[in-house]
Amino acid sequence: MIRSLISFVLLVFVVAAPALSVAVDEEKLPDPAREQLARDLMKEVRCLVCQNQSIEDSNADLAKDLRVIIREQIGAGKSPDEVKAFLVARYGDWVLLKPPLRAGTIFLWGSPALFLIIVAVMLIMRSRQGSAQKGVSDLTAEEQERLKALLEKDETK
Amino acid sequence: MNRFVPLLIVVFLVVLFAAMMGGDRNPQELKSVLIGKEAPAFDLESVIEGQEGLSNTALATGDPIIVNFFASWCVPCRAEHENLMKLAETYKVPVYGIAYKDKVTASRAFLEELGNPYVQTGADLSGIVGIDFGVTGVPETFVIDGDGVIRYRHWGPVIGTAVEDKILPELEKAR
Repeated sequence: MIRSLISFVLLVFVVAAPALSVAVDEEKLPDPAREQLARDLMKEVRCLVCQNQSIEDSNADLAKDLRVIIREQIGAGKSPDEVKAFLVARYGDWVLLKPPLRAGTIFLWGSPALFLIIVAVMLIMRSRQGSAQKGVSDLTAEEQERLKALLEKDETK
Repeated sequence: MNRFVPLLIVVFLVVLFAAMMGGDRNPQELKSVLIGKEAPAFDLESVIEGQEGLSNTALATGDPIIVNFFASWCVPCRAEHENLMKLAETYKVPVYGIAYKDKVTASRAFLEELGNPYVQTGADLSGIVGIDFGVTGVPETFVIDGDGVIRYRHWGPVIGTAVEDKILPELEKAR
């Protein structure tokens, strides 16, 4: 039992190994600090083919090419911001998984706050409406009488 | 009044979604950021033996032209090829081809089989010219004006009536 469990776990790792090796398949930079910079940057760059993956964990050809370019430029001493600018000049802000804050993206970044404000305003208006209605009776005098009679009848039971 | 607010919100959302989904909008398509910018610099060997290669300086011809990224391994490229031939032969538009990440012999065989609509070709073996053009996958087709400035990018294959509906009007605008 234990033996088959162990072999099962081993099998899982063997099968999953290729998934872990993505982005490691290419030649790494000789300087580990630079390599780390490049790897961190890859996590922030969107794969333009699969679109919801970073190029770090995408197998697409274009992602591979972009990884090579990132390593090349980082290896040549460029800063991550310079490499980002290179990519944005070709693919637009969309290539960055975290879009930069600027005039065109204000709505994107501000929308959560905006929706919170809208909800808050709605809640306040609602609670005010609720309190304004308190004490106001829509019943006619006749209905009031009937209600009173009913309530009294109930009490006498 | 207040009871109509939810209804209004629903109607607004329905209209919004319909507008976003309607037409031929493709949510995967990205707007090219290169529109209005000069075509990036490149200098490539031709895929046709003995023919002059292709560089960005050859694109500023004084008249609008088409630059098409293709590859022999790309199935939609095959689908749009007929339309590229039509552009070149029927509409007499100069079409330039850049073979994206393709073996030169394979691109050549592709053009021998289906016909060659290109005035000049360039072999982008590494794909770097594609990246400079912001290409995310072949085929992509650019309209470049007489000054060598990118005016329009058609994402995906130019199939069906896309020549008449999209490409020709954009060429006219770029004139």
